[in-house]
Parts: sequence; structure tokens; C-alpha cells
Amino acid sequence: MEHQHKEHSLLAEEFNANEPRVNWHDETLWWVRQKRDKMAWTIPEWEDLREAASRIKHNVLGNLHDYLLEFEKNAQANGAVVHWAADAAEHNKIVLQLLQEQGVKRMVKSKSMLTEECHLNPYLAEHGIEVIDTDLGERIVQLAKEPPSHIVLPCIHKKKEEIGELFHEHLGTPAGNADPKFLTAAARQHLRAEFIQSRVAITGVNFAVAETGEMVVCTNEGNADMGAHLADVHIACMGIEKIIPQRKHLGVFLRLLARSATGQPITTYSSHFRAPKKGQQLHIVLVDNGRSRQLGREDFRNSLKCIRCGACMNTCPVYRRSGGHSYHNAIAGPIGAILAPNLDMKEYADLPFASTLCGSCSNVCPVKIDIHQQLYKWRQVITREGYTKKTKAAGMHAMNIVLSKPGLYKTAGGIGRWVMRTFPAVVNNGLNPWFRQREMPEPPKESFADWYKKNRKQ
Amino acid sequence: MKVGLFIPCYIDQFYPQVGIATLSLLEKLGCDVVYPQGQTCCGQPMANSGFEHLTHGCNELFVDHFEGLDYIVGPSGSCVLHIKDHLHVEGKEQAATHIRQRIYELAEFLTDVLKVDHLKAKFPHKVGIHQSCHGQRGLGLAQMSELVAAPFSKPQRLLQMVEGLELVELKRTDECCGFGGTFCVFEEAVSVKMGKDRIADHVNNGAEYITGNDVSCLMHLEGILRRQKSDVKVLHIAEILNSSI
Amino acid sequence: MSRESILAAIKKNQPEQQALPDLNAFRRTGPGDPAAFRKVIETLGGQVFEISSYAEIQPLIAEHQPDAQKIISLQESYLPGAMTEWETGDGGRQYEHVDLAIIPGQFGVAENGAIWITDVEIKERVLPFITQHLAIVVSSQDIVPTMHDAYAERIAQPGGGFGVFIAGPSKTADIEQSLVLGAHGAKSLTVFLYSPKA
Repeated sequence: MEHQHKEHSLLAEEFNANEPRVNWHDETLWWVRQKRDKMAWTIPEWEDLREAASRIKHNVLGNLHDYLLEFEKNAQANGAVVHWAADAAEHNKIVLQLLQEQGVKRMVKSKSMLTEECHLNPYLAEHGIEVIDTDLGERIVQLAKEPPSHIVLPCIHKKKEEIGELFHEHLGTPAGNADPKFLTAAARQHLRAEFIQSRVAITGVNFAVAETGEMVVCTNEGNADMGAHLADVHIACMGIEKIIPQRKHLGVFLRLLARSATGQPITTYSSHFRAPKKGQQLHIVLVDNGRSRQLGREDFRNSLKCIRCGACMNTCPVYRRSGGHSYHNAIAGPIGAILAPNLDMKEYADLPFASTLCGSCSNVCPVKIDIHQQLYKWRQVITREGYTKKTKAAGMHAMNIVLSKPGLYKTAGGIGRWVMRTFPAVVNNGLNPWFRQREMPEPPKESFADWYKKNRKQ
Repeated sequence: MKVGLFIPCYIDQFYPQVGIATLSLLEKLGCDVVYPQGQTCCGQPMANSGFEHLTHGCNELFVDHFEGLDYIVGPSGSCVLHIKDHLHVEGKEQAATHIRQRIYELAEFLTDVLKVDHLKAKFPHKVGIHQSCHGQRGLGLAQMSELVAAPFSKPQRLLQMVEGLELVELKRTDECCGFGGTFCVFEEAVSVKMGKDRIADHVNNGAEYITGNDVSCLMHLEGILRRQKSDVKVLHIAEILNSSI
Repeated sequence: MSRESILAAIKKNQPEQQALPDLNAFRRTGPGDPAAFRKVIETLGGQVFEISSYAEIQPLIAEHQPDAQKIISLQESYLPGAMTEWETGDGGRQYEHVDLAIIPGQFGVAENGAIWITDVEIKERVLPFITQHLAIVVSSQDIVPTMHDAYAERIAQPGGGFGVFIAGPSKTADIEQSLVLGAHGAKSLTVFLYSPKA
């Protein structure tokens, strides 16, 4: 099958070539997971809060049409201009047009996974506009010409020495200085200059309140605010699923978001943008890009509840040991693996299989998305639609034939064990992926069924 | 009380001693156990690989073998969970539903149905529990580290009844071992790394044995342990609970 | 125009409506605990001073921020003599060189140390972000227990064009999860918790 990218298993294997680095990646993210646990335990009603959040989001999915209209009406009344984009291409076109109207060639953007999903930066670059990502992690991967590997911790795959090297090359910091404090101070200086010069700022949106027409953006660094408040034009890009009904529902989500994401009680800044400041333009771009289609998939619509906290990535034992880039998608990890097939089932057919279905993701999810169950269900859909490798399908058919016929199963099992005992090299070789780093089980002379026949009355 | 013994395919073929220990334990505890011959597999390897539509044959066999029993008990949380979640047979839906409601993993059958509060067993060793995900998060055999909820563990409760057995504390109490069905071959690199990391946690905390409720995970860990030429051994929980004084 | 087609697709595909949950069970009765509020801010890297008179602010700043030259105080009473003439300039860019801004906070939240601020009080929205250091004055009477209480009691409706919860100084852990204070926003946060003597 032709893919634009290598499959997850192969990319993961490459990542695993450096075991100490895998250990470091795993430990770093596990530490974030532990911080999340600690924070969750400070709230005795944590599980009820998750349930409430999930139910609010369910209500949103069932009323999305009306809530979007309500949001649009209130946002317009507040003085914002609302745009609608059916897909990534239309989103990018709208943003480009706004930038061209302003005549800007260089502008700042705070973190927005939606613009990553739409590949906005390369599109604008093609049109001669340079976007400066201002979230420190995003700026680092941008300088490295890489996509983010995590939705909350974009450069979690990078070691500080590599970042020091990048800063030396691009920002002129002294070679060999890899002190996070020093590097952050250098980035502050560099990016403050960008904020000051920028006349347009793009931000993402964490929550959009239908009742008030306002948008809430959460950051720790303050980059969304530095950009948006200094700009003449603020462009806020959001997926249509970011809507919540009322202001009071923010109480639930702001309690859950940062605790789940990084184990903080709340992000440093939770900014509520309602009306543009005097003399400023505020544009809101509402983007569908497959979301209305996902809404129609009964088994998968709950994925639209996601608030992008990244907790499922931090807890995922596979993500921690394969790295975000192995998912070859803007959103990595378990949530990425259930969102991506909706965008392109063939391209992302491998992702729902990049999981052991251990279920930890569903347990940490602050809005209780049944992530591992959706992974299982995507596997069925992908297979039905014919996106499974032919060799795998042939194997499964053979397995089915054997397991559906007790006589055949008994014979095959007996022969198999006999072969393994007599000619172990048949299975114990490099072509058998099990055997590469593991011994095969020692085949016993008799099966349980054989033993039972001899030892128990029939 | 008529209990149907469900011995999953790979236990039947590769780990008959686990089947024997399960049967013997249930018999010791006074159950009238039948082993329906001709049983094969729950169908999970195909279903988890995206081929649930091929599992009709397995489902029909399962219902034919296990219908009409009071309980069905198997020494594998994963296979039991699969039956609980996915067993459907057209025209035999009533029997399938009965099975789905009456099937138990061994440890939960002992604690929840037989309400075992003491065991005559002795195993003077340091043991680490590997919480298999499907048993733990799927069947709820133990409290999960992600949730804010009161702690409990059915396997741990049972193992604490065994004379001389010392449980070791782990750094990560319920992380997946990376077996994951066909994941273990299609994602070999990550699967093995996960297994190695689980083993290191047990070894670093002094375990002589790793036990659990799923032979599939244990088979994967055993494969790595043997490759490492480690002295640490794996045993299914039934083998420990059945070890006589 | 895609608006109509998006809305039509949503209408067709959205599931049946489900009721919203009741959030009242999450509310706490009574005021928030200033001690808990203080503790959280300190864990977030902020500094808290309990004061019973605004006159205490000046010596505290002199002691703890001796390098602060250009200081803005949004209320004359916080720091007599500090600049208040600050409403002109290039859209807030002039405040890049402000060393310390002292601003009022409407209320604080005990569970997470967040303080609510709106553009009604601060006028120039960028001020609390762009200033090098930030100080917020909040009354110990104005602490609510949780975010639910905040939205239910204090900010059920927006009180301005912009409002923000600020919890601690600007920070990042993007480099190897090492926590560094002072990313893009204010490098430090000082909270003056004001309880007038009875």
C-alpha cells in the first residue's frame, strides 16, 4: 500500500534504536503523568467532575448547530467578525486574505493545534508570509524544522543540548550553553522583539462560550496575550467542537484542563477574549475540516469532546516509547490515533493498531472519551474498508479456519508443538518477530485437552 | 453449582499446567467442574486485529460448548473480557447473553462468587503482581492508578492468603507489559521495550516470581526473561494459589 | 460560502440532545480560605504578603524589588508617587520597559491561586503581561473556594471586553520539563493580600 509516510511500527523501531533516549523520553512523560495523578487526588470529586465534563460535551454535540449560531450572534454583537471554513484549505485561504489585507509579511502565532492540522505555516510561507510560533516549545521545533511531537509539550522529544545548539545557530547564544533558564531568557528576548513588531496575531482557542460569544485561551507563558493585545488584528482559529454552552461550564473545564495536562492547578493565564479592544479587529475562524463528518459517526463522535490536554499521551506506554513523530500526524498519541482516520483513513490506517488497548488513556481522559474502545472500533472499520495489509488478512483468515474447527485446531496444535520441539529453528529465527528479542514458549508434550482426557472421567 | 472450565487456546497448547492448576483449585474449593471438549478460542486475536467479522465460527463454538452452565470460569482476564464484551450469535442470542453475564475470570470468581477468605496454600517467595490491563481495567480486578478511588485488588487479596508469600511493591503498579495480542509482533520494538521495562521494575524490587491473571502477558515476559537468562520466573496466579502445603 | 453547508451537515449528523448536568453539587458554602490561596500561589512561584494597610506596600517593594525603577500603580493609594499617567503610547508597547506594575485584582480562587482581572480596571489589556514584574492587590475578603464559586457568584456575566485569571508568574517547562519562571509574560508575581484591621 502506498503511503506518504513510514508506518508507526517502523518509525517506532527507529526511535527504539537508541534505548537510553527511549528511557529518558518515557521517564520524562511518566513524571508528567505522576504530576497529573497528584493533582487529581487533591480533588475528592475528581471522577464526578470528569463525568460532568463529559456530559456537558455530550450536550454540546447534540446541540452543536444551535450553539454555533448562538456563538456567532453573540460574537458579532461583541464586535467580532466570524468566518466559516469547511476544510483546511478554506481556513488557510481566509487567514491569508486577512493577512494580505493588512499587508503583513511577518506575524506571531500562539499555540493552535488546529493551524498545525491545517498546515497553515507552510501555506503562508508559500505566499511570502513568515509565521513566528511564540510558544517556546513550538518555536524550538519550528527552528528545527520539525512538527511538534506532543500537543502540550511540543519539543518533549528534544534534549536541552540540542536546543542549545539550535539557539546558538539561530539566536546567536553562546555555543555549548544548554541551561534551560538561560535558553528561556534568550527566547524571551527574541520573542518579545517579535511581539512588539507584529501587527497581526493568530491564536488558538481552548473554549468558546455560546452564551457570551467569548473565547478562552489558556497558556503558561503569556504568549497568546502578548500577541493578541499588541496586535491591530487578532485572528482566532478554532474547530467547531470547541463550543461550550455557558460561562459557568468554564469552571468545570478550567479545573480539569491544566491538572490533566501538566499537573498544575490551573494554567498561569486563562484569558477570556470577548470584545476586541478599541481600534482592534477580531476575526474568529470556525473550522469544520471533517468534524461534522465525525459527528455523524456514532462510534467515534465522542472523540470531538477532546479538550487537547495531552493526558492520554503522557500515560500511553506506547507513545512514551515510540515518540510523537511516529504517529506522523499533527496530533499524536491515542487521541490522534482516533481522530486521524476520520481525516484520511488510508494514510492513517496504521495508527489505531499502534496500541495494546490497555485502556489507560480512557481512564485519564478528563472528558471520559472511550479512546481505547474507539481504537478497537477503528480497527474493524479500517479492515472492512480494505486498508489492512494483504498478508495480515491472509493470516487472519487462516487462523479463523483453524479456530472454527475443533478437529483441525487439535491437529494443528499437536503438529505445531511437535515441530517446535523437534525443529525449533523453524520458529526460532530472525523472520519471526516474536523471536527477535524473546524466546518462544517451550512446547509441552501434551495439551491441556490431552491431559484432561487421560486424567478425568468423561 | 456447575462450572464450565474455559481454557483459552494458547493455554491449552503451551501452558497446560495453568489449566490443570485452575481445574484442581476449583475442585478443591468444591465446584462441580466440567471441561467442554472441543473448545478452541474466544476469537480475540482476530477481533483485536480488526477482523471481528471473522469470529462467527469461534462465537458459535463457544456458545455450543458453554450454554446452560451456572458459571463459566477461565484463567485469563483478557479472553474472559472479550467474551463479556463481544459474544453474539445470531439465533442463539439468549444463550450468548447468559454466557456473557455468567463468565468470570478465575480471581474474580474466587473472590466474588465463591467468596474465598482463606486458602490452604504455601509459596515462600517474593512475588510481583503483573496487573494485566484487560483484567484490571476491563474487568475491574483491581483499582486503577489513573482513577481517584479507593484501593482494592482481588488478585492481591488472594495472594495474601498464601502462606509465606511476600508481595513486592512496584514503581509502576499497573503499566501495560506490551503484549497486546498481535501488537507483540506487528509492533515488536515497542512491545519488547515495554516488556523489558516491566521486568526491570519487578527485578529491581526483588521479585523472584512474576505472577498475574493472564498467561498471554506472562508468556511475553517469560520470553524476554529467558532471553535475558534471568532467574526470575513467571507463574500464573492459579499455580500459586494451588501450590499445596 | 461554507457556513450553510457546515451547519446543514451538523444538523444532519448531531446526536439526540442530552440534558446538561447540575453543577451545584460542586459548589462550596462560605468564603474561600486565604491561607490555602496563599499556599497555592507560593507553590506556583508567586510571593504573597499579607498587609493590613496599603502603606505597607512601599517598604515591601523597596525591600524585595530594589531594582524596580519604572513602577506603575493603577491606584494612587497603593504606591503614592508611582506613575499613573500611562494611557498614551503605541497600543501598550511602551510598557515593555515597565519594571513593575501594581494592579488591583477583583477576587482570588483558593483552590488554584488564580486572580481575576478585567480590562475595566487595567484599561490597557497587555499591561499585566508585558510588564517585567507584576504585583496584584487583592482583598482577603474576596477569596472564593473554587472555580465553580467564581463563575456562579462573581463572574456569571462578563464584566468587560477582556478578563483573565492570573495564577503565578509567566513560566515554561518546554525545555526538558525544567520549570523556568519568566517566559514571555511577567517574570515574577507578588500578591498583596489585604485585610484591613477591624
